[in-house]
Amino acid sequence: MRRIAAAFDRHPRLRLVLLLALPIGALALVYFGSLFFLFINAFWSRDPFTGLVVREFTLENFQKLASPLFITVTLRTLGMAAAVTLTCAIVAFPIAYYMARVASPRWRGILVVAVLTPLWASYLIKVYSWRLVLAEGGVLNWFLSPLGLKGPGYGDLGLWLVFSYLWLPYMILPIFAGLERIPSSLLEASADLGGRGWRTFRHVVLPLVFPAVVAGSIFTFSLTLGDYISPGLIAPGQQFLGNLILANNGKPDLPLAAAQALVPLAIMIIYLLVARRVGAFESL
Amino acid sequence: MPGRLGRLALVVATGAVLLFMWLPISLVVAYAFNASGTQSWPPSGFTLQWLIDGLQNPGLRDAFMTSVGAALAATSVAMVLGSLAALAIARYSFFGRESITFLLILPIALPGVVTGMALSTTYATIDFGLGFWAIVIGHATFCVVLVYNNVVARMRRVSGSLEEASADLGAHSFQTFRYVTFPQMRTAILAGALLAFALSFDEVIVTNFVAGGVKTLPLWILTSFRLANQVALVNVAGMIAILLSVIPVYIAVRLTSDTGAVGRI
Repeated sequence: MRRIAAAFDRHPRLRLVLLLALPIGALALVYFGSLFFLFINAFWSRDPFTGLVVREFTLENFQKLASPLFITVTLRTLGMAAAVTLTCAIVAFPIAYYMARVASPRWRGILVVAVLTPLWASYLIKVYSWRLVLAEGGVLNWFLSPLGLKGPGYGDLGLWLVFSYLWLPYMILPIFAGLERIPSSLLEASADLGGRGWRTFRHVVLPLVFPAVVAGSIFTFSLTLGDYISPGLIAPGQQFLGNLILANNGKPDLPLAAAQALVPLAIMIIYLLVARRVGAFESL
Repeated sequence: MPGRLGRLALVVATGAVLLFMWLPISLVVAYAFNASGTQSWPPSGFTLQWLIDGLQNPGLRDAFMTSVGAALAATSVAMVLGSLAALAIARYSFFGRESITFLLILPIALPGVVTGMALSTTYATIDFGLGFWAIVIGHATFCVVLVYNNVVARMRRVSGSLEEASADLGAHSFQTFRYVTFPQMRTAILAGALLAFALSFDEVIVTNFVAGGVKTLPLWILTSFRLANQVALVNVAGMIAILLSVIPVYIAVRLTSDTGAVGRI
């Protein structure tokens, strides 16, 4: 025991290697290994008669990705992800600003918990509760009918609302942290130099907090791309990347599903690399 | 600092957003005690019947136990891997450090359907059976980062000079870890573990791909959506699910008030 400890004392690099070996080895093996098998499967095919996966190289699946249906679904999903991300950023800003720069420390603590609780409350139940809200005889119509109005019901518009609701806290928290980090002296300097509220916001606050917004957007964007449960429950019948992939997973055509899954994977990798450039990873 | 009018606008906006975030969740809790057991609004009366039914429903109970088991197993793995990685990142600078952070974030930053498909194709290719352990492995990959983030935030806050002092006073590596480093990490590891538990307990997108026939609580809820006679039980299960994610997170927040590392990642 002492001898091993002495070896560690003399060689800090040995300590480092031993610390990293297990976590990085395990994660790289399981996660990168899985992504590797996903990639390989995309080049295989399914025998239409036996239903088994044929382990021979083919580009068949990628030809199917060029179909108008798949392109439409991809664009629809991307559009939804972009709309949700933008909505979250706009809605998150005022509350994040209030939490970070106006509220007293006591209130700040309360507000952080008030934002965190809905974030961690069961995902499925949040979607489910929106089904109750948006239903024909549901809460929203009950409140709106005296005004002669009607809620969006189940469909794309309702789904946009639900996604924005689900991922909003992921946007509020990084923006809050980003705003909190801005030194007050910068805002005072801007005011001293004659920058009024909007100008200071536009030219000082916004550039400083932008990486934090991008950090939040990683989640709003990625979670929208990867979800198939909310579309199924809130916009039944409408196709998104998630449902399409799920429908092909397992029995119907695993290799095709694998090829389809490479699309959101590629989109997210590009998104992450851009986000890293912008400095979003320091704001995570 | 905004003017009086700006302040008022911010207060109103904050209140509106909080209302928007809280109303739908409160609704499920309200329905869990709704006498008619249906989803019509407004609720018709108060009852504890569904809560009692829910606690006695064998399918719901099994799903609950499966979820607790899987979450505990995934959390244990995440605690070990996350703490080790955090120690390395916080206390050493080396080539490739940035890439390691990237690798740790990847499982939680990539879309759930991608992780689900990746695991599902892998299990199919290497002939690993779907089910409990397939779920645990999947959950562990994205739970690691939660422990890692909490511990790394703590280690950056507490100075490394205490460890150097310990070494100067003649303690060897293990003693320094046992008596100096670990006591400083302890609550951060626990906080990360609580978050990991809550995330695993709630996860359904990836789980659905790897569960085989095994039912976790979220999967039980998902299948019960389609069964009209279980609507009332879904509300009860929902309430349990909310409590079991929110309580650990609340404790985690209290444990890490120094670092503020409380987000989902």
